[in-house]
Amino acid sequence: MSDLRPFSLSAAEISQRVHAGDISIREVADFYVQRTEAYASKLNTHLYWNASNIADQVKDQESKLKSGLKLPLAGVPVLIKDNICTRSVPTTCASKMLENFRPPFDAHVVERLVAAGALIFGKTNCDEFAMGSTSENSAYGPVRNPWNVDYVPGGSSGGSAAAVAADLAPVALGSDTGGSIRQPAAFCGIYGLKPTYGTVSRYGLIAYGSSLDQIGPFARTVADTALLFDVISGHDQRDSTSRAIPPFQTRNGVGSPDTNLKGKRIGIVKEFFSAGLDESTRQALSKAVDLYKDLGAEIKEVSLPSLKYSISAYYLIATAEASANLARFDGIRYGQRQEEAGATLRDVYQKTRSHGFGTEVKQRIMLGTFALSAGYYDAYYAKATAARHLISNEFTRAFANVDWLISPTSPTTAFRLGEKIDDPLAMYLSDICTLAVNLAGLPALSVPCGWDEKGLPIGMQLIGPPLGEEALLKGALAYEQTANHIGSRIPKF
Amino acid sequence: MQFEPIIGLEVHCQLATRSKLFCSCATTFGVAANHQVCPVCLGMPGTLPVINTLAVDYAVRLALAVGAKLNTRSIFSRKQYFYPDLPKGYQITQYDQPYCEGGEITVDQNTRVRLTRIHLEEDAGKNLHGSDASYCDYNRAGMPLVEIVSQPEITSAVAAADYLRSLRSLVRHLGISDGNLEEGSFRCDANVSLRLKGTTKLGTRCEIKNLNSFRNVERAINYEIQRQGDILEQGGQIVQHTLLFDADSGRTAPMRAKEESHDYRYMPDPDLPPLCLSADRIEKISKELPELPQAMAARFIETYSIPDSSATLLTSDRDLAAYFESVNSMVDGKVAAKIVANWVIGEFLPVATELKWDLTKPNIDAAHLAGLLKLLGDDVISSKIAKTVFEEMLKNGESAKDIVDRLGLTQVTDQSSITALIDQVIDANPEQLRQFLSGKEKIFGFFVGQVMKLSHGKMNPALVNSILTEKLAQRRE
Repeated sequence: MSDLRPFSLSAAEISQRVHAGDISIREVADFYVQRTEAYASKLNTHLYWNASNIADQVKDQESKLKSGLKLPLAGVPVLIKDNICTRSVPTTCASKMLENFRPPFDAHVVERLVAAGALIFGKTNCDEFAMGSTSENSAYGPVRNPWNVDYVPGGSSGGSAAAVAADLAPVALGSDTGGSIRQPAAFCGIYGLKPTYGTVSRYGLIAYGSSLDQIGPFARTVADTALLFDVISGHDQRDSTSRAIPPFQTRNGVGSPDTNLKGKRIGIVKEFFSAGLDESTRQALSKAVDLYKDLGAEIKEVSLPSLKYSISAYYLIATAEASANLARFDGIRYGQRQEEAGATLRDVYQKTRSHGFGTEVKQRIMLGTFALSAGYYDAYYAKATAARHLISNEFTRAFANVDWLISPTSPTTAFRLGEKIDDPLAMYLSDICTLAVNLAGLPALSVPCGWDEKGLPIGMQLIGPPLGEEALLKGALAYEQTANHIGSRIPKF
Repeated sequence: MQFEPIIGLEVHCQLATRSKLFCSCATTFGVAANHQVCPVCLGMPGTLPVINTLAVDYAVRLALAVGAKLNTRSIFSRKQYFYPDLPKGYQITQYDQPYCEGGEITVDQNTRVRLTRIHLEEDAGKNLHGSDASYCDYNRAGMPLVEIVSQPEITSAVAAADYLRSLRSLVRHLGISDGNLEEGSFRCDANVSLRLKGTTKLGTRCEIKNLNSFRNVERAINYEIQRQGDILEQGGQIVQHTLLFDADSGRTAPMRAKEESHDYRYMPDPDLPPLCLSADRIEKISKELPELPQAMAARFIETYSIPDSSATLLTSDRDLAAYFESVNSMVDGKVAAKIVANWVIGEFLPVATELKWDLTKPNIDAAHLAGLLKLLGDDVISSKIAKTVFEEMLKNGESAKDIVDRLGLTQVTDQSSITALIDQVIDANPEQLRQFLSGKEKIFGFFVGQVMKLSHGKMNPALVNSILTEKLAQRRE
């Protein structure tokens, strides 16, 4: 028997020990299968997992290992958000529309993970088509936060975040269009990286807002975050927006921990510390900033006045793109179809889409359709695009003077289940700290930085310039090494 | 009231690339339904488009050939509407920033038609309607198209058809499209309106779709001019419609009972970065630009001393021009280029058209025809016999020389046998001889005819003429 204990091993350690012959891939798989059986339905994190499918993968990876291959993720279970295509494995986007839909191909990131020795351990619950901030907009029920099951895990990648926080897998993938990796990472007390737009191929990611979407990793350590990012990043010719760059590690990687931050300049974004911020979040961030100061970094206040446009710009651009991206779900070629005898084509479209999509998805499709309609394009979509350029330019100017920016990931900690589901505007406003990063295509990392009085995790967001993942991960590593309260607590669920 | 028609044409021309515009599926015509599809052209969730660079090069080639303005940065947009043959619910096309604006098509020396724009876009699939269900075939979805939009400045149906022939000839010359109307790789929509002669304001237009031959373009436009004219004469108003042309009845009819105004909600496609054309790329394509039809015709007139009409006809098709040139190069100067041109146009082309030969590999290839023409040039056969041999070649592809040998068609140039036959003919026709000698010189032709008849046309006509003249003169003495 292995000595595997919950929360005891990182992905990097699993891979090392597997290569060392210390533990077998099968032992790792068995351990996590048991945990999944025990907790997945309680937290409602998984939309699909299959023990015999995992057993087949174990055999494949074991034979690769035997052939002497160096596998950076040997035997590492990875969970995949259910808007990322997995060949012949259900991929539903947490929607009734794609119930029983099995894609004929693997997403680029899934191919990379499998090639790296990982075990695709299941598909995780999320907000339908990644639209939401709580993972309550799922056709298959809400995900629960392992720190308190009456609270949401955040969203939209809530299933991935909650599962990693509960150690149902050491790492997972999510997607981030307006904060959908960082905010659930913050709510669940783990790391979540939204990479620079174009560093991770979107091939196989079911699009929500194509110019904003980016796949990224969840992990419980900075090293694992970097490891997973390394495996999934790099150029893919199937995605025309993919940057012609090699994977992360071969560029720079994180390197060894360096807690001397002398010469580093950190910007505090004034606009993100305004009204609406929880007192506990403000205090946790303030402590983190002090710690960075202690490590030698220079702290500067930065003002980005155009951030006030970010919510409006985001909800116009994202929904406009979504209205086009989701037009393909018409019941004709795949997915569910509502059809009665004598139905006209229009009936099929209307019934299929009315029945297949949930409320939030329909709301956003309608908003986007309206914003692109004749006579409104210039007033809405074109203006939003202009605001996006303003925001992006302000970030560029800010990065002339600082290495990275700090903000809260979310103004508050996790909401109670059902607390905001009927108030979409309040929900949209809670994304204030994360949206601008997607509009500007920047990398940003959510770092766990404490707990509020309810014992719910608080997240700190580090924002970097384009391709600045290295700086962010190094900054997070320095914090992880010195802020010794992190990693000491384990959720009880 | 005097009305004048104003016609603008939109042509969808399929680029002859081996793969589709945004995926690697093949573009072969006539494949079994849904056998030329992949997740990308089926619009499966999670897929993304990647531009076919050869299609872009072809499109640039066309822009350069028509002297248009190339936009070095253009945008792909999504044109949104729901229809089962449109897999993504939007078509990727170019809208407010196309890659090409302006330019003109030279129809003949005196006629040019200006273009508004050319843009790149993907084709949709096809809906097939059965008796109790409809089916979708996505083989065509994602095929690479250029849409060529003319200015509304064509003023007759004939001129419209001429413009289309010139455009088709051009794209075939450029090697960017096979321009096949029947297979739908060259499709035309016509916008027709009438206005009072002498005014400049355009009238309300109707768009006619489904024009699958140049003849039908003419018929449909003429019908539409008549129809609109009748309405306006009676004081009526033209309602903007999309019309379908029915080739059987020769009439146009509205596509939908009630015209729906579409809001296509165009937006830039976030999956595709702007299409940027570097100066180097444009220069490279420009250098590889083949000779254009007008330049080629001028060269033919100059080099081969053939009439304008022959040069225009021969260069109307790149493959026909190539065929002519290769036959001409193979006859070793034994017949004049003008004769070669006459044979290619007068004998070869009608057969090739009738039998739908692929001109790049016709049943009578250039070497075959050259072989025949060489026999003609060497006086081995007369031009009359040459036509017989050509007919014979069509049957089994035998070489001209083999046919001539097998059928013993070699022209007789031996003076003594010609003289002997002529003597025989004169002796056998004393009455005609008497008439000739009494001054009825037209009867000369009768003797030629008899000689040719008895010799099965094999006697050399020039020799027959001179010897017969000589012999008849002798009888007069």
